[in-house]
Amino acid sequence: MIVNGVRHDREPRPGQCLRTHLRDLGHFGVKKGCDAGDCGACTVHVDGSPVHSCVYPAVRASDKAVTTIEGLADGDDLHPVQQRFLDAQGFQCGFCTAGFVMTAAALDDRQRDDLPRAFKGNLCRCTGYRAIEDAVHGVRHADEAGVGGNAPAPAGPLVVTGAARYTFDVDVPDLLHLRVLRSPHAHARIVRIDTSAALAVPGVHTVLTHEDAPAKLFSTGRHERDQDDPLDTRVLDDVVRFRGQRVAAVVAESEGAAEEACRRIVVEYDVLDAVLDAEEALRPGAPVLHPGKGPGDGIARAEANVAGEVHGEIGDVEAALAAADATWTGTFRTQRVQHASLETHGSVAWFDRAGRLVVRSSSQVPFLTRRALCTLFDLPLDRVRVLTGRVGGGFGGKQEMLAEDLVALAALTTRRPVKYEYTRSEQFEGATTRHPFTTRIRLGATSDGTLTALDLRIVSNTGAYGNHGPGVLFHACGESMAVYRCANKKVEGYAAYTNTVPSGAFRGYGLGQVLFAVESAMDELARELGLDPVEFRARNVIRAGDPLVTPAGHEADLTVASYGLDQCLDVVRTARASRPDAVGEGWLVGEGTAVAMIATTPPNGHYADATLTLLADGRYDLAVGTAEFGNGSTTVFAQIAADVLGTSTDRVTIRQSDTDVVGHDTGAFGSTGTTVTGNAVLSAARALRERLLAAAGGGTRLDADAVVVGTTRVTLKDLAETAGSTRLTAHGHFGGTPRSVAFNVQWFRVAVDPGTGEIRILRSVHAADAGTVMNPMQCRGQIEGGIAQALGAALFEEVRIDADGAVTNPTLRTYHLPTFADVPRTDVHFVTGVHDPVGPLGAKSMSESPFNPVAPALANAVRDATGVRFTALPLARDVVWQTLTEGTGAR
Amino acid sequence: MISGNGPTLPPSEVPEYEARGLHVDLNTIDEVAGALDAGAWRPGDGWLAGGTYLFSEPQPHLRRLRDLTTLGWPSLTETPDGLLIAATCTIAELDRYGPPLFGRCCDAFLASFKIQHVATVGGNLCAALPAGPMTSLTAALDGSCTVESLSGERRLVPVVDFVTGDGTTDLRPAEFLRSVFLPASALTARSAFRRGSLHTLGRSAALVIGRVDADGTFVLTITASTRRPVQLRFATVPSAAELRARIPEDRWLDDVHGRPAWRRHLTLRYADEIRDELAAGS
Repeated sequence: MIVNGVRHDREPRPGQCLRTHLRDLGHFGVKKGCDAGDCGACTVHVDGSPVHSCVYPAVRASDKAVTTIEGLADGDDLHPVQQRFLDAQGFQCGFCTAGFVMTAAALDDRQRDDLPRAFKGNLCRCTGYRAIEDAVHGVRHADEAGVGGNAPAPAGPLVVTGAARYTFDVDVPDLLHLRVLRSPHAHARIVRIDTSAALAVPGVHTVLTHEDAPAKLFSTGRHERDQDDPLDTRVLDDVVRFRGQRVAAVVAESEGAAEEACRRIVVEYDVLDAVLDAEEALRPGAPVLHPGKGPGDGIARAEANVAGEVHGEIGDVEAALAAADATWTGTFRTQRVQHASLETHGSVAWFDRAGRLVVRSSSQVPFLTRRALCTLFDLPLDRVRVLTGRVGGGFGGKQEMLAEDLVALAALTTRRPVKYEYTRSEQFEGATTRHPFTTRIRLGATSDGTLTALDLRIVSNTGAYGNHGPGVLFHACGESMAVYRCANKKVEGYAAYTNTVPSGAFRGYGLGQVLFAVESAMDELARELGLDPVEFRARNVIRAGDPLVTPAGHEADLTVASYGLDQCLDVVRTARASRPDAVGEGWLVGEGTAVAMIATTPPNGHYADATLTLLADGRYDLAVGTAEFGNGSTTVFAQIAADVLGTSTDRVTIRQSDTDVVGHDTGAFGSTGTTVTGNAVLSAARALRERLLAAAGGGTRLDADAVVVGTTRVTLKDLAETAGSTRLTAHGHFGGTPRSVAFNVQWFRVAVDPGTGEIRILRSVHAADAGTVMNPMQCRGQIEGGIAQALGAALFEEVRIDADGAVTNPTLRTYHLPTFADVPRTDVHFVTGVHDPVGPLGAKSMSESPFNPVAPALANAVRDATGVRFTALPLARDVVWQTLTEGTGAR
Repeated sequence: MISGNGPTLPPSEVPEYEARGLHVDLNTIDEVAGALDAGAWRPGDGWLAGGTYLFSEPQPHLRRLRDLTTLGWPSLTETPDGLLIAATCTIAELDRYGPPLFGRCCDAFLASFKIQHVATVGGNLCAALPAGPMTSLTAALDGSCTVESLSGERRLVPVVDFVTGDGTTDLRPAEFLRSVFLPASALTARSAFRRGSLHTLGRSAALVIGRVDADGTFVLTITASTRRPVQLRFATVPSAAELRARIPEDRWLDDVHGRPAWRRHLTLRYADEIRDELAAGS
């Protein structure tokens, strides 16, 4: 086989696909997204023709010439398509980028004019495709700039050439492979495991079962405070509580041997009664998932399957409802959704020269994972290092320890390097999902349009384990209830255990589920009152200076420190005044709006350290703990440092997401990349600037090359040389408090075909209050990506579970992700003149929240068009048609 | 994949659940041989054509692949009577060949144009997915399958009978699909095409093709919304009521690609539209 012009004599294995063979040859730019031909991340050219290498028999390419992303360019120059993806920044996490570039490079003019078809087999979970479309068409957005400009991502050149190193893009000598045998039962006690036949498979080193696992309980969910998540999980347990739970792990010389051994493990189960529905799980007599555990483990009421609960009331909701001029009651349901980051979960563990356990993982939380591993295996912090490569998408799914515990156990057992990479199906069956919610809402208002009562009863399904269950429940009724001023608010909520795949952290962390209910109900209540839904909201939304009031209490460090929601609503008012496009005969047209608010940092502690050092050549080294998975925070850190230090972003190199490089970083979750780590970087940059000015002997100004002292210039190189081994360095820290809020408002105009159930988005407008926008190009990308992901959840995504608890659609061809053809362009508007006093240089979060108003805005538009209130997601064509036809929706 | 429903390992040895979670390479394969070079058929043998379906799903029951592309069949052969399509003809080749109905069916693939460079007509038929667009096309054009055994015996099976259910075919152990023949009378017919999906450019939930032959025969072929192709034949274009009365009510498919009631609705609607369109030209 000739790969990128070089002949290779290594023969592929008979059943090997071209993708893994090319990676065996060191071409790590060829990515695994699905291994089923659905996502296109593995696209290469075979004899000039683009193919999905994961479903291409490797033996068939033996006499052919293969081009991968690494060989696309001619010499050191970028291929024009690579340059365009850089210019437009047509990527976020970049995991799909090689596949898009290789596909785009093979398109003819006709295909370029019809990108929805041309990209039918390429999935991007981050961008929402607009940036990719711009890249194909040669639109340039990136420009070297400081804060407020469109600086390109530092890793961009690596991403577009396939040189960026993701989790598994490393060649570890003597690597063993781990595969997991998973439970075929929703609930069972393991009576006996016979591993003898498995151990007899050539190449198998060990088979791990619950007898080998620590007895200690932990939570896969990670937070700064360990006690925030229930301790209910073992690395390998003698009870399985969902279909797909780990039963045993085989460690072998090859994945093939490990798989074969998995097939030869004999397990005897005592099958137990299972409960799949959250409401049923809460009823007396339901099968109990975690008997014997309790409050000491952080579980609210284990005997009743309650992982966490919330109860609270301010004012008197019943009295307010009784006195209201109009009320509206409804029950809303949101479904189980998968994060579907293109890079699956997984980790590689090895031992460094000092004998330290090193875990390289696809994680949003390397520091918290190190802490968890040390607790689990009784190791001191300095005996474990956790780091990430570039992470191929997260969306909350990687605020979780889902592989590291197992590879650590395997490495500690075998004393060999071990890799465990989830398959796409394991991602659906054995990772986590967004929490399904059932929310009953009651609203009351007086005839003048004053909201007087807001009452929620929430039941969330945390699945078999409580990871993030309580946290998501608490957050779900936070900003979603505080966004409206209302004298009487009440909440009753339960996170229920069921025998289903665990739920976990997901973009929005519960807010989106509850906002679907709140924003749908607000729309209905406005109609009851005969008021315009946007103006009814405007009358009742929180204002600058208002306290954030929820029935669960008021957090003292959280305020509306800056306010742009009024401007956001103005954007919607303008959009509504536009003329609708013509639609086909029989199509019904409507519009809908929804608002969302989110705290710029989670509660209970979120910390970051940053270290900036002047290098000998006058450049800077910035070390931060937070991971980069397409959120773009790394770009922002470079911009902040460059602005303060009077240099350019290309002179700031960044090392990150490694427990060796800084003291601590809680992690890249809770929309904190810019607001928390950014503040630490700002603090470090300011401190280093002071230090450089002082080191130059009372300098007054710092530019890219020198410190100005009076009329002379002391060059940075001289400063570094003079300092010598003492290094001119400065540290920054941010403690995650106080906190502010950001706002997002989504507006849709849709057309609905009652004859087929199709919803067509005619126009999509999104207004965002991100405070100071650090990088408009990137921030727009975050918003567009959030809208696209939310449209998937609003329109068709659903992890389906059958009566036995099995996931019935664990592939990307059965779990449809938004494709290029599914996502409309959105007009994104930023508010102006809002400068947040809490965030760095006035910035606020803008990563989770764009997701949250999308589903209710869409449902409100469909309601406006059809007269039918849809109370459950997704609004799939078959469901919409059937509901409109049979009149089963809430009218 | 072009594969018989041939002998496999006992089901207990390959629990579907485990198999699903473990797929990356086909690690149980220890040999890829020429289709006819590997001697007698044995348990664990499977046919390989493009491989795009075969490699997309776990195949833990397979030990050896017999490569049909080694047989060198010409992809497309025009004859006075019609068109002979080799099972190994790729979707891209068929698309390029050209009649508009071919193009519409190739466009009905959920799979990308890159897959279509490799995937084969026969592989799509043998995968026997209800939404298989090559099943739709060749069934609608009265295609007949030539099925061959390792010993060289051949039998003809109409496409509508070749696909027997969701993922099942009429192939017996050690048989392979060699070709599909489309008669000229169907190829030259006027046709109408309708397709619905849960998603824009998504997998078909209902795909209905109608045609009127030169002799006035009206043929309606329903795929994707039913577990296997449903074909209705009339001497002339029927009335809407006549057509509706013949559409069976017990075949609607229920899977993640659409609710049965909706698929039924789309199918009936498309059948009406197709009837109207073809009647207007008659």
